[in-house]
Amino acid sequence: MLLGKVSLTPALCTALRISPGFSGIQKQIGAAATQNVRLYASSQAAEVGNESQSFAINMFKGQINPSQVFPFPSVMNEEQTQFLQELVPPVSKFFEEVNDPAKNDSLEKVEDSTMESLKEMGAFGLQIPQDLGGVGLTNTQYARLVEIVGQHDLGVGITLGAHQSIGFKGILLVGSPAQKEKYLPKLATGETLAAFCLTEPASGSDAASIKTLATLSPCGKHYILNGGKIWISNGGLAEIFTVFAKMPMMDEKTGQMKDKITAFIVERSFGGVTHGPPEKKMGIKASNTAEVYFENVPVPIENILGEVGGGFKVAMAILNNGRFGMAAALSGTMKGVITQAVDHAANRVQFGSKIHTYGAIQEKLARMAMLQYVTESMAYMISGNMDSGSKDYHIEAAISKIFASEAAWEVTDECIQVMGGMGFMKGSGVERVMRDLRIFRIFEGTNDILRLFVALNGFQDAGKHLKSLQKALKNPLGNAGLLAGEMTKRAKRRAGLSTGLTLQGSVHPELSHSGDLAVKVIEHFGVTVEDMLLKHGKNILHEQFVLKRVADSAIDLYAMVVVLSRASRSLSQGHASAQHEKILCETWCIEASVRIMKNVKDLKSSSTTQVFKNMKAISAAVVENGGIVAPHPLGF
Amino acid sequence: ENTKIRVKPDHSGVVTDGVKHSMNPFCEIAVEEAVKLKEKKLIKEVVAVSCGPTQVTETIRTALAMGCDRGIHVEVSGKDYEAMGPLQISKIFAALAKKEEASLIILGKQAIDDDCNQTGQMTAALLDWPQGTFASEVTIDGEKVKVVREIDGGLETIKISMPAVLTADLRLNTPRYATLPNIMKAKKKKIANMKPADLGVDMVSRVEVLRVDEPPTRLAGVKVETVDDLVAKLRANGTI
Repeated sequence: MLLGKVSLTPALCTALRISPGFSGIQKQIGAAATQNVRLYASSQAAEVGNESQSFAINMFKGQINPSQVFPFPSVMNEEQTQFLQELVPPVSKFFEEVNDPAKNDSLEKVEDSTMESLKEMGAFGLQIPQDLGGVGLTNTQYARLVEIVGQHDLGVGITLGAHQSIGFKGILLVGSPAQKEKYLPKLATGETLAAFCLTEPASGSDAASIKTLATLSPCGKHYILNGGKIWISNGGLAEIFTVFAKMPMMDEKTGQMKDKITAFIVERSFGGVTHGPPEKKMGIKASNTAEVYFENVPVPIENILGEVGGGFKVAMAILNNGRFGMAAALSGTMKGVITQAVDHAANRVQFGSKIHTYGAIQEKLARMAMLQYVTESMAYMISGNMDSGSKDYHIEAAISKIFASEAAWEVTDECIQVMGGMGFMKGSGVERVMRDLRIFRIFEGTNDILRLFVALNGFQDAGKHLKSLQKALKNPLGNAGLLAGEMTKRAKRRAGLSTGLTLQGSVHPELSHSGDLAVKVIEHFGVTVEDMLLKHGKNILHEQFVLKRVADSAIDLYAMVVVLSRASRSLSQGHASAQHEKILCETWCIEASVRIMKNVKDLKSSSTTQVFKNMKAISAAVVENGGIVAPHPLGF
Repeated sequence: ENTKIRVKPDHSGVVTDGVKHSMNPFCEIAVEEAVKLKEKKLIKEVVAVSCGPTQVTETIRTALAMGCDRGIHVEVSGKDYEAMGPLQISKIFAALAKKEEASLIILGKQAIDDDCNQTGQMTAALLDWPQGTFASEVTIDGEKVKVVREIDGGLETIKISMPAVLTADLRLNTPRYATLPNIMKAKKKKIANMKPADLGVDMVSRVEVLRVDEPPTRLAGVKVETVDDLVAKLRANGTI
């Protein structure tokens, strides 16, 4: 539950400016679309513990916890750095000289010889421990290599990612020692390929509603699996499947049978596993996508992955753990297309000058550079946090996935624009990248769902904070100091005054102005979050127009802080590029804070509330009419 | 990534600071040949050698990842490194060959930065060993080596006795890509360190570089209408 039952006296309500009607009525949250978000949020919240170290969680409370963001993480020791430096050249060389993305795209599969070389190269077991036959990379090392793949061929990237980033990741994360020993060595060499099987025809974002069924066999030694999964990457190639199925289980509390999801390791060799033909797609054509059918598949009980009935958590942990990889890969993709755009702009002459001398092109190239800089910074901040042992990165990971997928789309689109007609031609290769990129805003959690997740997760924590304040209100004398502090803080914020929150000491002095901008925005954001909670209470779950704007602000805010951190480090270390990075950072912060303040203003304004209502009405009318409602201007 | 080649402001050479260095492509082919011979069990052990500053250990590791058994890093840095040329390197190789009791020395036919094409030949001369240069095919036959050489007129096949020096040409083989598991295994292989002095080699250069310049920018051409015009122009600028 978002906000628990609390009773408030009118006087105390006034002090905290809460409307007395807000008293936390217990209501079942019916919206199916938010069910999973909530389930995930609560499963994550349980891990958060008392004081979260996550910057994102704290910013929703208008607080700054710099521990995970300043200084920019540098987590590799000398040996890991040296090892990674040796890995980069052969991998780059392979993708530059051997892999043929255009060929893979037109064949709609990764060339056999390329697959063989990738397997020999060890590319299929990058994060499997060395003693089980893998390369044993940390998240940061993995990110660096995945960046190379993203730069050259996203179709290959998804083939590799579907296998190791999600396909067998569950075994790595929650597998038993016996399961790891049995399956990981062959997965490491690519002798067997893996696939992640969650989505069904009627269950996409609503993952908790899956219908594939696992029933215990009479002998008690197997589960019998029945069902069908769709859009499974590597579905036609895999030997090992991580399958999510529902199981009827006795709920101890209610004494009733309830369907809970369990994760299973399923081998094609168990029998009863078949797959459909490769789907014809807009992009990532080289990656195999197919339907997978399970017909009375006997799965030994030893193959349950994680806890019985804990499958949903396993699914979310897997997706969460792999998300940083997407930001890393896409930062590589952007680097590649930016190089092409720059090459064109620096050489193409029109109206007597090189086109990069024109403001319209300059703005495009600058925005492209900034978006790439932010994405790259997010990717390595998150991988660094994960490598340092943080368990509290789920909001940041979701933010990075949303940001990276949208930034990459925008950057590639602008690259085509800069290149003009050439960009549209198959030969340049950019249109392929554009087609490959479209799916990144959809799979692994649609950006729309992830926005809800970011906002609701943040609200939940902020709400708990409010709840603890409300508890303190019950004993105001005992908590006088806390309450006085909190009320002063609120009064100051609402008056637009600073509360002493600062990033001085974290941010490099040359960036202090941008640091102050970030602090100002965090303060306003904290106020907005609280206002929304107070206004809507539990119903915030249903206010998706609000949630989207809150999420967008959170994304922009995290982006600001991430580049402040990276640019500060470059300045402190005296990098040759430090001044350039300073400009990237300052420019980003100026524009991001404008966007955030607009969202903050909109969420307070009554005309925006009217706009939301109007949009709801327009949507209802269009749905009822099965399409556009207004009759043709010509009357027919 | 493409780095622009820049001449130093004092015209003493080319800027190498901060430029990513990698194994000379012909030497890659040489390493590949050596590893293949070992895989065919025709030779016992492959030692990868490089002379230069600390960064060369990266290149030695690449060779180890390709399959060499161990490495030797002969440390040369600063002024000695700037002045180092084929003569000094071949002296080092000759000393090492004797020390290690090598049966074969295989190197690239030339380095693509200075294009000297001398080290292999000088090494053979210093050791008084036979040489098979510009090899496009190498076959070991007992104590002898059959070498097919690429020469201007075509191909020449020779048979030489071991110990011998071979230099690799482009078509000898296609070097393998280092795989990540092999890079991992290479970390356990040893690289020995030594200095030229340890081998009794003096690094003094007999060559002095007077000046390095960029190629002159190409001048625009001129079109002419007739052959007479052409002849007149050529006379006018002193060409004929």
